[in-house]
Amino acid sequence: MKLHEIIEILKAEVLTGDRESQMEILSACGSDLMSDVMAYVKDNVLLLTGLINPQVIRTAEVMDIKVVAFVRGKIPDSNILELAREKDITVIRTEYPMFIACGKLYKAGITGRGADC
Amino acid sequence: MSENLINLYYVINANDFSAAGEASGNVKKKLVQLGIDPAIIKKTAISMYEAEMNAFIHANGGEINVEISNNRIVIVISDKGPGIADLDLAMKEGYSTASDKVREMGFGAGMGLPNIKRYSDELDIQTEVGKGTTVRIIVYIN
Repeated sequence: MKLHEIIEILKAEVLTGDRESQMEILSACGSDLMSDVMAYVKDNVLLLTGLINPQVIRTAEVMDIKVVAFVRGKIPDSNILELAREKDITVIRTEYPMFIACGKLYKAGITGRGADC
Repeated sequence: MSENLINLYYVINANDFSAAGEASGNVKKKLVQLGIDPAIIKKTAISMYEAEMNAFIHANGGEINVEISNNRIVIVISDKGPGIADLDLAMKEGYSTASDKVREMGFGAGMGLPNIKRYSDELDIQTEVGKGTTVRIIVYIN
């Protein structure tokens, strides 16, 4: 699924990166625990999280995760967004809570591959 | 003996949460520049990041030495923290001594050391209660 479709499904606001992005997303991971995110390696991953701090971006960088979605309407501060821009990571935010956001994406076809996280 | 190509040194500052993990990002960037296989870079970056965060979270920071040679990457992270009382227990998934504050930061799930074990090719941990811990991680390039 293309990133711009995900942005539409989540009714997300784009905080860094391109709203019309054609980036292909193959799987997603929803977690507030960064070590859990790091336990599973996949490609073209979207990270959904309710955790707001710079370590989310650092974890994404380490994991080659190019897109982070903050759920539950949380607003990351400018330091986090600056770090994301520096690392070329797209940041979006949605008002949907974690379960609903994951559910909408799953229903739309992002079911993940291999072990889920 | 393999030829030493690059030596890197970093200090983990205990008072700067937003900078924690920066060293791992820098090493990752360096490995990308060197044209190392992306799968090996990811293994290295995850292992180092977890160990870096451990030193930040548990030990008031520490220091990191990275040696990149033709056939392997060696990462040594040392701290003067409290040490690990029961290493076997600490290696178990889900076991953590982290505080609630650390959990609120998204860490302390008891996955740090198991993740390092999972992604590194060799892991050696020397620890003494009250003295500190040295974690040595090796990832082979070929």
